[in-house]
Amino acid sequence: MKKIEVLGPGCNNCQRLEANAREAVALTGVEAEIIKVTDYGQIMAYGIMSTPGLVIDGTVVSYGRIPSPGDIAAWLSK
Amino acid sequence: MTTLDLRPARGIHVPLKLTVGVAVVAWLVAWFSEAPLSDWLTFSVLGLQRGSHFGEAIAFFLLDVPKVLLLLLGIITVVTLIRGFFPPERVRAALAGRGRLAGTTAAASFGIVTPFCSCSAVPLFIGFVEAGIPLGVTFAFLISSPMVNEVALVLLWGLFGPGIALVYMAAGLTVAIVGGLVIGKLKMERYVEDYVWALQGKGGTVVAIQLTWADRIHDAWAYTKDLVRRILPYLLIGIGIGALIHGYAPTELVAAIGGRSNPFAVPIVVLIALPLYSNAAGTIPIVQALLGKGMPLGTTLAFMMAITAISLPEFIILRRVIRWQLIAVFAAVVTIGILCIGYLFNFLIA
Repeated sequence: MKKIEVLGPGCNNCQRLEANAREAVALTGVEAEIIKVTDYGQIMAYGIMSTPGLVIDGTVVSYGRIPSPGDIAAWLSK
Repeated sequence: MTTLDLRPARGIHVPLKLTVGVAVVAWLVAWFSEAPLSDWLTFSVLGLQRGSHFGEAIAFFLLDVPKVLLLLLGIITVVTLIRGFFPPERVRAALAGRGRLAGTTAAASFGIVTPFCSCSAVPLFIGFVEAGIPLGVTFAFLISSPMVNEVALVLLWGLFGPGIALVYMAAGLTVAIVGGLVIGKLKMERYVEDYVWALQGKGGTVVAIQLTWADRIHDAWAYTKDLVRRILPYLLIGIGIGALIHGYAPTELVAAIGGRSNPFAVPIVVLIALPLYSNAAGTIPIVQALLGKGMPLGTTLAFMMAITAISLPEFIILRRVIRWQLIAVFAAVVTIGILCIGYLFNFLIA
């Protein structure tokens, strides 16, 4: 099961990213759990400074922007 | 930094160059037809009297709203595109390890091109501290970021010409650099929350992500739409107030409060501006109206800077990483800087 982490304090952008991630999961049918990381300590540990960030199975795939469900689906299928 | 090629596949779409070309042409057409159109609308279609209070106020409003919207849509898109090449992660790497003065100047300059989302203020702050960037340098960035932003500069340029825009930028940078140096000297490190220091040296380096031009343009446009939507209320209120000032405010009143004859003009307008907050774009129409009523440039600049640089929402967000004493010092240093700029420019342009 893939582990998707949405990094961000919970503002609008973070929520949109989470929604896109959920849609991507539905699109691909991949088994995945989506976790929201709002603690700054944990967010900074990934090395990003511009939220929202997206981490799939421990690898940072995006930060500072909101990738579309299509983008996320492509990453999930790799 | 290793780079991963994570470029996603894109479906069928209209050729990028065609879309961009059409957009640019549409923008230019709108830009050049806008003034005559709104003039015609106000005075011919609506039949208002030139020179009447109401007529002038409406004319101001109808002229400004499309003009400012067009400027914003065009400028934010272009600037966001450029800024995509300077992510904070790279800025941090550039700032770490520089000397005090060079670092403070660089940080203030980078603040000009920082993004708007105030939720980035905290990760940015923590990120800078993590990388060992001195507190004063970080504050130079925090001061210049809301005050001297690219939207304000471009709007000023578009509405008043390059001179005023450059003056504003120079003034803002000066306040940021001097403010940063002063705060650095005050050695207020102990007023930063402990957990932030605990994170020092812990941050990882993140991979650089490859983006295509299609990605970048798509991102920039999406960001622009969202941002304009968010600042639209401030903008409309700002234009509304500007229209009221333009149409109704007696020149004598503006001169009495903010004019040259009043030696306390600068502190008064700064005091009025302190509790107010607006995105920089929203202040421009007010600035336009005030200048039109004869308020001196220094006083107007001080007013504009005080509205954007000192904001309670931002302080509340910063409270997550800084204690109130340091926030108070931050506010005080910036306020004093703004007062100095106000008097200085009034003096220089006497």
